[in-house]
Amino acid sequence: MDNYVLVVKEDCATCRLVVPVINQLSGLFHLKIYSQDNPNFPLNEDVVDDSELKESWSLNIETVPTIIRYDGQSETGRTFGWDKEAWESLTGVSLATDFPDFRPGCGSRTVDPGMAGKLAVKFDRDKLQSRRIATAAEEDDIEACFDRDWSDGLPLVPPTELRVMRMLSGTNRDLREVIGAVPPDYGECTVEKIAVNAVMAGCKPEYLPVVISSVEAALQDEFCMHGLLATTYFSGPMILVNGPISRAIGMNSKGNALGQGNRANATIGRALQLVIRNVGGGKPGGVDRAVFGNPGKYSYCFAEDETNSCWESLAVEKGFSSDQSTVTLFAADGMQGIVDQKSREPDSLARSFAAGLRVASHPKMILAADAFLVVSPEHERVFRDAGWSKQQLKDRLGELLMIPGTELIAGAGGIAEGIPEKFADSTMPKFREGGLNIIRAGGSAGLFSAIIAGWGASGKMGSVPVTREILVSSQA
Amino acid sequence: MSNVLMDPTSELSSEHREPLPRPSSLEGLTVGLLDISKARGDVFIDRIEDLMVQRGISTRRYKKPTFTRIAPVELTQQIATECDVVVESLAD
Repeated sequence: MDNYVLVVKEDCATCRLVVPVINQLSGLFHLKIYSQDNPNFPLNEDVVDDSELKESWSLNIETVPTIIRYDGQSETGRTFGWDKEAWESLTGVSLATDFPDFRPGCGSRTVDPGMAGKLAVKFDRDKLQSRRIATAAEEDDIEACFDRDWSDGLPLVPPTELRVMRMLSGTNRDLREVIGAVPPDYGECTVEKIAVNAVMAGCKPEYLPVVISSVEAALQDEFCMHGLLATTYFSGPMILVNGPISRAIGMNSKGNALGQGNRANATIGRALQLVIRNVGGGKPGGVDRAVFGNPGKYSYCFAEDETNSCWESLAVEKGFSSDQSTVTLFAADGMQGIVDQKSREPDSLARSFAAGLRVASHPKMILAADAFLVVSPEHERVFRDAGWSKQQLKDRLGELLMIPGTELIAGAGGIAEGIPEKFADSTMPKFREGGLNIIRAGGSAGLFSAIIAGWGASGKMGSVPVTREILVSSQA
Repeated sequence: MSNVLMDPTSELSSEHREPLPRPSSLEGLTVGLLDISKARGDVFIDRIEDLMVQRGISTRRYKKPTFTRIAPVELTQQIATECDVVVESLAD
């Protein structure tokens, strides 16, 4: 035997319009009515007061009126708004009306601005597993976060239940899903813990899928996050975002892409660092033994500029389609600029790039650090005009970066640093196979490019860049 | 207003914040002796200083302008810069 549930609010003209229909139906079968505002609307003995929105929330009502048909406990159909044909089809009743057959419904009170997060806290707070920390009455919440050593040195957004619930609306992944174990403590990292740290970093919920995928990528064994954290070297994790999500969430891939001022760039990278700090316990002076670190260890995150590029993106090079969104994690040092304002021929500019890349880390350091070469649009134009593919540029750089052993051995150039003398007669490549990556980003004016050198332990013995697809929530 | 925050850590340590660890020995450390300017506080501090000097412990003396107010920031910064440990006297 079918039974029915109807959710209405008096404040909705469509709900008021269909009162005669409600009266007709409630005479035919059991119709349980939930009213979101006035418990005396509509005048009917079966109305249940749902002004607290508990039922509306659990029934996932977005529009009123919504009528739901059940077979026992199982929902077998629902329709919303006033659509006479749909109501008749759902109920099997021929409805006698003297008003139009169609009127759109109104927004359920559960979808009022800001309401979803509040209701999530009200009704679903028990789903959150994290320990609750009560601050003292006289404590400032932002200072409380500093005092508990959660901060990277900048103020954090205090992670209240409401903010964490709102953050979690950015993904439809289970908040208890374990993404991995974060070094150095190998603390279990759930989606919820990532959300708490993303709140503190200042992320919007729509950034959360990028943060989760960044954490996933960082925790892949080949990325070697533990070693990257512990090293005395300059490096830290850099996040490159490719694909539609980078544009959807407004990431900066253009002017000042590696600088400040864009919320997504600034907070996604910060969130990853906070996960390492708080879930992993990785802190400077503790397991983080960096001599200098680099400013990117606050946040190192930007997008590739894929619009009107003559080259395929890094993600496409890695086998993803341009419709997929990805993060690529790279163990990165700070940025070194290359200024060449005169080269108009691709070989000349390639030689400039090679000269800059040659000195990354040390002019004699080879096969140690990978690098990202970030080519600006004005430099890219030189290759575009000449019809050079990205692979052609890579091949040419590979040739130009074959270095005579005599220049690399210890003592050469009066510098004690260098490789063993037995390599004097060899010619050695600067980068390991696949160790040089080229991407396009930056402002439209300026004949500059940028080198982001990598950790001196790049490659299989240390860290290799890791690319992961971003699973974008269908609800986000 | 008190608030409830969600712990962002892996919860491996207590939520109660512990005081900084106390040194097991004062050997090689500089001890600041802070007189808060309360009556006879100096008597106590003088005696502590005698006992420390007898044991070869390096000490430095400081004095708050008045016990009725918290220490000036300059004074707390000076003590933090110059000392490893501080002993503060409260006497009457």
